[in-house]
Amino acid sequence: MTSAGRRRRRDAVNNVMLTLTGLSTLLICGLLFFVLGYLFLKGASTLDWAFFTELPKPVGETGGGMANAIVGSAKMLALATAIGVPIGFLGGVYLAEYGQKGFAFVVQYLTDLLNGVPSIVIGIFAYTVVVLRMHHFSTLAGGVALGIMMIPIAVRSTEEFLHAVPRGLREGALALGAPKWRMLATVVVPAAKQGIITGIMLDLARVAGETAPLLFTSFGNQFWSPGFNQPAASLPAMIFKYATSPYADWHRQAFAAGFVLLMLILTINVSARLILSRSRLSRAR
Amino acid sequence: MPRLTTPMPGSPKPSEELAGSSPAGDAAAPVTVQGAASAELFGPGVEEKMRITGLNFFYDKSQALYDVSLRIPTNHVTAFIGPSGCGKSTFLRTLNRMFETVKGTRVEGDVRLDGEDIFDLDVTSVRRRVGMVFQKSNPFPKSIFDNVAYGLRVNGGLSRAQVAERVERSLVRAALWDEVKHKLHESAYGLSGGQQQRLCIARALAVDPEVLLLDEPCSALDPIATAKIEELLLGLADSCTIVIVTHNMQQAARVSDYTGFFLMGKLVEFDRTEQIFQAPARKETEDYITGRFG
Repeated sequence: MTSAGRRRRRDAVNNVMLTLTGLSTLLICGLLFFVLGYLFLKGASTLDWAFFTELPKPVGETGGGMANAIVGSAKMLALATAIGVPIGFLGGVYLAEYGQKGFAFVVQYLTDLLNGVPSIVIGIFAYTVVVLRMHHFSTLAGGVALGIMMIPIAVRSTEEFLHAVPRGLREGALALGAPKWRMLATVVVPAAKQGIITGIMLDLARVAGETAPLLFTSFGNQFWSPGFNQPAASLPAMIFKYATSPYADWHRQAFAAGFVLLMLILTINVSARLILSRSRLSRAR
Repeated sequence: MPRLTTPMPGSPKPSEELAGSSPAGDAAAPVTVQGAASAELFGPGVEEKMRITGLNFFYDKSQALYDVSLRIPTNHVTAFIGPSGCGKSTFLRTLNRMFETVKGTRVEGDVRLDGEDIFDLDVTSVRRRVGMVFQKSNPFPKSIFDNVAYGLRVNGGLSRAQVAERVERSLVRAALWDEVKHKLHESAYGLSGGQQQRLCIARALAVDPEVLLLDEPCSALDPIATAKIEELLLGLADSCTIVIVTHNMQQAARVSDYTGFFLMGKLVEFDRTEQIFQAPARKETEDYITGRFG
């Protein structure tokens, strides 16, 4: 082949690949914006103040809101954080700082397996250990299910950000006579703090949309659910219930709830990224 | 801990007239002879701070130091030079047991600090008494004040006012006070490279170490920052025993009272700095300082 021929061939291959990769990228962004736009059109128009402040109306009456589901989701996520984050954080510290090779490898592997367990199975687990014992659905059971789901990512992201702390910082603290626990608590964890918080926020955003484990743990409720001991509404379960109903008004409400949930998750995601990028800037001098 | 009683094969055998000035081969010699030799090496009024005898160092199976024996004089600057990978940094990291943070390392031999075996002491107390400054400055992501106060707070037992006073004194000793006194509570990362390294020196000085180890502290700095640190070291030697590892021979010549030359894990020669640079006893040393290799 002549050199001009080779060059034409190279250019052709380049153009084909550029087109394919570019189209894929457009498709990915397009899907996200399609979902966002569709939810906005269908959901935002239904959104009103009542959605955030009122209880659902009985079938046949239009209007009402999902205040109980918003509060229910918030309570379950708070509970999930209270359960998942301490366990995940401490497990991550163990893996990054104390774990010996063989055992740490087994723990890492099991953590990844737990991460891969389908959420519905986690739901069955929470159903078995909490709901069956208490003989009724509850906010507590929903929080436990979501908390278990948060553990693996909290473990691995904590571990990863601790590993990223430069060796020099550890040695600097040890060289001043700091015991290992003190070095970890006062130098290494603070240096990794922003990363760890980001990881936990992304983790939270991920479980915020989980529906399957809530269907038979917190179940659902058309009314307020005080405390943690009664069945409770949550946004994802409410969307499921309303979207599969035969009523047009409920469909509109489901879109509104979907829009609110998506905005919530996007907000958590974006602020997590902002925290991380700020921490990188500050470290870059 | 096993202690070697015979020198390693191939370890330097000082000739007759050098016996007094080359403790490298002293491992096999009775302590009395070594004491006499050091007395001559150190001169009157110079005391021994650390004594290293028959030190062998292993990374897993490979040996990094062979039968190193020497004594480090109190309140003087001792420098170690040698080509990359000769073991000088490894040697420095045994003096405060910092090597223990690396898995698979093992030490044989005896390291004494004021006559006490450092491996019998609590590791944190060894590191409080023997401070260290690293090649790459490593300020914590905290304020300037909190960096210097770190070791004081770890040790505890000081009031806020005492901590503040010690922080100021340490920054003055590290010749950094005037540059940072108006911004003590700003991040240490806002300082220049040379200032950060002096901050690390101040941080190490704050706990009043008896010995200060410096591992190529100027290798990342420009000549002006280097000069500041060298000047600082000369001033510190009145109150602190300083051990510096450097790949810069001129630096060793400028700042140190005693110099040791490492080559392939062995301490080839250890003597007064003038002696090493003007009339080294061994050919390897001469080859190195005249730039014939390394």
